[in-house]
Formats: sequence, structure tokens, C-alpha cells
Amino acid sequence: MSVSVVMTVNGEVVAKHVEDRTLLVEFLREHLRLTGTHVGCDTSQCGACVVHANGKSLKSCTALAVQMDGAEITTIEGLANGDVLHPMQEAFRQNHGLQCGFCTPGMVMSAVDLVNENPDPSETEIREWLEGNICRCTGYHNIVKSISAGAKAMREGDPT
Amino acid sequence: MTDNNRGIGEAVVRREDSRFLQGRGQYTDDMNLAGQLFACIVRSQHAHATINSIDGSAAMAMDGVVSVLTHEDFAAYGGVPCGWGVNNKDGSPMAEPKHPILAEGVARHVGDPVAVVIAESPIIARNAAEHVQVSYSELPAVVSMQQALDASAKPIHGDTESNLCFDWELGDREAVDQAIAGAHHVTKLELINNRLVPNAMEPRCAIGDYNSATGDHTLYTTSQNPHVIRLLMGAFVLQIPEHKLRVVSPDVGGGFGSKIYHYAEEAIVTVAAMKLGKPVKWTSDRTEAFISDAHGRDHITTVELALDREGNFLALRESTHANMGAYLSTFAPAVPTYLHSTLLAGQYRTPVIYAEVKAVFTNTVVVDAYRGAGRPEASYLVERVVETAAREMGIDPVELRRKNFIKSFPHDTPVALTYDSGDYAATLDQAMIASDYAGFEARRAEAKQRGKLRGIGIACYVEACGVAPSNIAGALGARAGLYEAATIRVNPTGSISVLTGSHSHGQGHETTFSQLVADKLGIDYDSIDVVHGDTNRIPFGMGTYGSRSLAVGGTAIVNAVDKIIAKGKKIAAHLLEASEADIEFENGEFRVAGTDKMKPFAEIALTAYVPHNFPLEELEPGLEETAFYDPKNFTFPAGTYVCEVEIDPDTGTTEIVSFHASDDFGRIINPMIVEGQVHGGLVQGIGQALLEGCVYDTDSGQLISGSYMDYTMPRADDVPSFSVDTCVTECTHNPLGVKGCGEAGAIGAPPAVMNAIIDALSDYNVRHLDMPATPNKIWSIIHKASAAAA
Repeated sequence: MSVSVVMTVNGEVVAKHVEDRTLLVEFLREHLRLTGTHVGCDTSQCGACVVHANGKSLKSCTALAVQMDGAEITTIEGLANGDVLHPMQEAFRQNHGLQCGFCTPGMVMSAVDLVNENPDPSETEIREWLEGNICRCTGYHNIVKSISAGAKAMREGDPT
Repeated sequence: MTDNNRGIGEAVVRREDSRFLQGRGQYTDDMNLAGQLFACIVRSQHAHATINSIDGSAAMAMDGVVSVLTHEDFAAYGGVPCGWGVNNKDGSPMAEPKHPILAEGVARHVGDPVAVVIAESPIIARNAAEHVQVSYSELPAVVSMQQALDASAKPIHGDTESNLCFDWELGDREAVDQAIAGAHHVTKLELINNRLVPNAMEPRCAIGDYNSATGDHTLYTTSQNPHVIRLLMGAFVLQIPEHKLRVVSPDVGGGFGSKIYHYAEEAIVTVAAMKLGKPVKWTSDRTEAFISDAHGRDHITTVELALDREGNFLALRESTHANMGAYLSTFAPAVPTYLHSTLLAGQYRTPVIYAEVKAVFTNTVVVDAYRGAGRPEASYLVERVVETAAREMGIDPVELRRKNFIKSFPHDTPVALTYDSGDYAATLDQAMIASDYAGFEARRAEAKQRGKLRGIGIACYVEACGVAPSNIAGALGARAGLYEAATIRVNPTGSISVLTGSHSHGQGHETTFSQLVADKLGIDYDSIDVVHGDTNRIPFGMGTYGSRSLAVGGTAIVNAVDKIIAKGKKIAAHLLEASEADIEFENGEFRVAGTDKMKPFAEIALTAYVPHNFPLEELEPGLEETAFYDPKNFTFPAGTYVCEVEIDPDTGTTEIVSFHASDDFGRIINPMIVEGQVHGGLVQGIGQALLEGCVYDTDSGQLISGSYMDYTMPRADDVPSFSVDTCVTECTHNPLGVKGCGEAGAIGAPPAVMNAIIDALSDYNVRHLDMPATPNKIWSIIHKASAAAA
């Protein structure tokens, strides 16, 4: 069955007719062609698909697009301010917090939500928060370092 | 002008990251071609079964279904080829059964592709795949290697005599037998190197496209080596002339070996696109990845180390069974042989070594190279047996290692390799200080007061990167060359395109290679671009695996740059009216030696393309050079890792409380990227030691650990932050002096972790424990010992 969905994605209102079974991540990737949000598993374990829904991190493979009707969604494409990277993105860049880049959008979106909740997380708190995000490349060392640095930058500046 | 801040040795922030951090990378699944159809693969749910019939009519009747393909649609094509042949002890070739694209009458593992549904959307294809009726008659499955080699087991392939693929040996058996028989002490261990699933975070994906007007095929695929895929699939499977087949591997989300191989799905989408006249895309889901990506490791080994009274190593003997899975994947036979037993000397002067390896077919997914590929298995057995010998003989494990270190180079091992350089004492000493090894007993005592069992373990690994040279590899069974190619294209205005045969899937080549060229040519880093991953844009290259990109691919780039400089000197000599022999090139300037007469690089470039004042009678216009580099030898990175663990005796849980890595990778171009490679390798090694294990049900052949709910991937809270450092001895046979860093962590970490665990459990009389050292295993050991003591 086709249903209509209206939501705000990265500040723009989008209205589409989609199959009722369409997952949010499919909606973003295939209907809006926002391919920065990735699919790395089929059991909601890896976190490559994390986006923000109404300001909170959400695995976009766990929600149907129709459930997000009326929601405000931010994807990795909507995080930077024009050409200026979000402090968390910049922190990942400066601290080599990514290698292949596949888990990165989910990591960054998850990290921003962590800092929104806990502006000064300890290493232990960062590692526990990342329980739902798997990275196979970095060994997490530089991701943790990036998030620490990103949190500091967000505390000190405008998180845009 | 020289870019001093972004040359060799600088921790340059990666240029790739800007696109990845904004969701602007382009992975294969991010591409959709106009009119594209979607493939869903019907896979065997049985480990071993006869396929009686396949009825696709119900699927075909569904709206949006375009085609159902079975083996018959591929009958005109070859099977999936193996790229490395290994001979038996008697010189006869290995058994090499046919590996059809789609199962031909028999399915041989859970996940074996049986049919393909092609439809207008992924969901239609998936629904229709459920309606393809396959009639199977189940056959007994051989799941373990023991089952497969049992006299009563039937061969899983009709065209082989047994389930033995090969029975191979290396080294002087007689000398080793004699040394062991006469030794003061022999330490014998039986150990399992656990089967792993590589799990690059990006699942595989392939899109086939066919242009009927030109007859050109294009395959977009998640590959570490697009030219290898073009050669294997074009020449050996589909008989597509290579000039009519373009293979593109865009951004690739991790590989770790699993994306080296030519997989059936690549041929499926290529053929389907041609048959249907529309692009066809297949994207693996994670469940499918678990049952179709090549797995890694899976060795069962007996190892013996003979020592004299003083602890000098006299001989080492290995007997290993290596699981190949149901078919031979691209490089599978090389992994437990030439990439494994050749490393059995480790860092030691062991005078004689003998290895025999039996490779076995089972009803499981294929097994091939996974980060380290044979060397982790070698490092694990060497460092476990050395550690055990030290404990048995009451010798300090560090001193036993130090006593047996190779101290002069070049060093010929008894297992065919010549180590060109190294300083094993240097990395050991550095690691001892950095890890405060001397202070460990105080930390153990403190932990004991908290009720924790603390242990320390070390591992001194050596590995071999950049398989080479091609003629030797060829003599040992390689069916491809192992060189690398690079083209330096200087554009008329002086900017540069570096076209490399290496492929980056997380390694940061766009940054490192630009640093290299900026440094060599003394020009602005930002004026250099690196192009990779498209057979129509780059010279014929072998791709990225075996930590070869810098040592082999980087050297090809340097050699091409040298050709550019040589031609530039000729042009400069003409312009400056000087002798070519008097022209010096430094910091981006061609200068007449000892004078202020100079031409900048950009002017030479422009002159080459606007040759109005140019020695046309002697020199072609243009400034573009290609180099193919075939290394003279492997490179030999080495290092010492120190792991400290604390075990909670109440739960059996192991926590890694500190981990230090001291590596010798030769000269380092970008230390930030190198550290990142070490971190990642370490966690894959720690994952193998503590968490990861691929488990099959030994009766049914069902993959039990088939999802992230069941297969334990290391997560951020499973591992610590690391201390890493390097010592440098330069590789002697490449101009950069580089060795390679991509796999070291995964090679050195497992024995370091396991030695630490055995040390922590020293009160419980544990001699050996197989990986993964799960809480259950450790708790059982502690619990049984406690029960026995009570």
C-alpha cells in the first residue's frame, strides 16, 4: 500500500508517496538520494544508518518512513554549515577518526547526540555510548579521541 | 615551491575525509544507473544437497519480475577461477574442483548461489526469490576437517578423489626429525586458529552494465583490485576481451582481504545486464555476507619446538590442517602455504624448520586471505610455542626470545625467505620500557588485592609484505604477476594526476601518495590528485592487499616520478642552453649546477605541452611517464607487542588494561595514517583472541554465528586505547625504505593477548587455551580448578 509521508529533512520539507513498508533508511537513500546514510547490517546492530529524528539519534533501519511523518530528520549531509564542517566532523578529520568512511556518518551522528546529552563525556562514557556503532577499520582509538575533541569544540563554540 | 608541511614524514590530515564526513563518498551501492534492475540471489539453505529441480515459474509470474536465472544460463561460461596453484609433496598438482557461478546439480555450502531473480525493485526481487521452488535432496555434510578426511567421508566434489585439496610440505624433514629426537627439551602444542568472518562494514555490491551499441561491459564492484577482477572475470570466466570490459571500484568501505577475490555475483550481474539489456545491481545484506564472503584462518595445528639446555632453538616442526571451504577461492591455496609456513622462523635463528600442510574441502563457505593471511597463523603458533617453552624450562620468556633473535641481516631462514633488515632487540627494548614491563609484578600484586587476575604477555612478530618477485611467486604457483603500476601525468599547467594501480579502501592513498609526489617533485601538495579504482583510467595494476600499496605501488610512483625528472632535465637543458649532465633538480627547480640559471617545474611542464622552443628532434613532447615495479623481495615489518589483561575470576571476563605496540615499518610517510592502521589491526587481532569465532553446526552445516547478534564484533567498550610507537630500519630493496603496516596489528596481537591470559591464569595450571578466550572458557577453567581444590 502506498502512503504519503511529509517530513523535514535537513531543513527542507519533503512530501512523497511511498510503500508502507519503506524503512526510513530506504526513504533517505533511495527516495531522497541522500546516500550518506549507510546500511551495514540487517539486525540493527552496526549503527551505520544513524540519523537524528527530532534531535535524537535513531537507527534509520529501525523505523518506517511513515512513522517519521511530521518529524524533523537530520542526516550526515545536513550537519555541516555550508562548507564549514560541524565541530564533530572537524574533530574526526583532525584526529583521523575514520578510514574507509562507511561507518563514519553513523558514528558522527551518534557522537553529536552523545555530546548533546553529555557535554563532557569521559572515555568510558564515549566507549559505552558507541555500543551501537561498529567500526572495523579504526580500532575505535581515534574515534574516541575525535569525540573527546569534538565535545570540547562543541562546548567551546557554537555547535551550528 | 616545496611543500615542507605535507611531504614525507608529515602527519597530513587526510584529503579523503572531507567527502566521507559529509556523506559525499560514493560507494557502489550509492550508485543507481538509469533503468537499473535488481538481482536477488537464491542461496542454498543446505550445507550439502543434490538440486533435483529449480522452478522459477511462480516467481516469474509476479509483477515486476524480469528474469529467473539458473546454472543453465551460465553453462557457456567458465567457473570461478583459483589464482594460485599449490603442489603436493610428490610434485603433483592440487585438486582443483570446478567452482560454478551458480550451483550445478549440487549445493556445497549454506549460501551457495543456486538461482537469481531479477526484478524492477529490490523488494520485488527479494519477495520473488522466496517463490523460486528448489527441490533438494540433502546429502551428508562434512563440516569439520576431521569429518572431511575421515575414510568414510565421500568427496564433496565429484571430480576429486577425496576431500584433500593438497598435502604440501616445506623444509628439511629429516634434519628436523633428527634435531627434535636429540633435543634437550621439546615443547609440543596443539592449537586451533579460529575461523573468522572479515566483516568489512560495507557489504559487497556489484552493478553490471552493458552497452549493446559498442559491446562494452562495465562492472562497478566493491573490489580491492579492479584489474585483477577484469583479468579473472574477463579472461577466465566470461571470455570478455579485456578492452571491452571496464571494472570500476569507487569508494570501498573496507576490505581486509575479503574484497580481493572474484566472486560469482560479479559475473552474475555482468551476464544478466548483457542478457536483459539493462543495468543489473546486486547488493549483499549482512546475513548474505556471512554466508558468501570468503572467511579467514581456520587452521588446526600441531607445533613442536626443540631447544638445547641453554634454551637455544634447535628445530621447529609444524603440521597443519587448513580449511579451504567448499571451493577454492582466488588465493586460498597460497594462504596456509607460501604466506604462512615461510614465516615460521619468526624473529629467531631456528636452524631447521619443517612444515606440512593439508588443505581440506568442507561444506562451508570458502576460506581465503583475511588481514594478515597466513602470517597471523604463523605468528600465533610460533609465539605460543616459544612462550610455552619458556614456561616449561623456567626461562624468562623475554630473555628466551632475545637469546634466539636474528641479529644480523640479511638473514636466510630455513623456510625460503631472506629477511633484508630489522632490529628485533630495538623494538623489544622500546616495548619493554613503554609497557613498564619491569614494574608488572607490582601491578599483578595490586590487582590481586582487588580480586583480579592480572597477566602480561608479549609477542615478537615478523611478517612479509608485498609478495614478490613475480618470477619466484610464479614458480611457487601464482597465476598472476605481483608488480604494481603507476602513471604520473603532468598537466600543461603543472598540476599532476597520479594514476595508481593500488586501491584505497580506507588506507588513505589519496593523501599518502600525494605527499610522496609533493616531496619528490617539490611541488604543492594541493596540485596533485590521485586516481585509482577504474581500469579505464589507470595502468594495469594489481591492487591492494598484503600491505603492498606503499612498498610496491609507492615505489612504482617514485620510479615514474624519476622518469619525469629525467625528461624534465632534458627540457631544462635545452631551455637553459646547458648540458643535461649539469642540470640539477631540487625543490621543484631545474638548475644549472653552481649557477642561478633555473627553470621552475611548471615552466618545464608548459614547455613540454607547448613545444615551441623544444628539442623536438631528440625528444617527444608531453610529460607523462609510467612505471611498472616488480619488487626484488618481500619486505619484513616486525615488532614487539605487550598486552596486559585483568581477568575477573567470578565471571571469567577478560579486560585488556593496557596494550603497547612497537613496530618497525621502515620509513614512514604519514605517521598519523600508520598509527591508525596499527590500531585497526590490533582490534581485529584482539577480536580474534577474545571475541570472534565463526561457528558451524557440525551436523547440519548451518552457520550458527551468522549475524551481528551471534558473531561478536569488537565494539568500542571491548578494547582500550593503545600505546603505539615505532623503530626504523629501512627496507634495503625499495627506494623509499618502506615496509608496510596494514596487517601487523592483526598478526602480532592474538599471541600477545593469549600469552597474557595464560600468564593471568598461571595459578590454575593452564598450559594452553584456544581462541576466542571467552568468559565461559575462562570461568570454566577457574571453576574446575576451584572445585578440584575444594
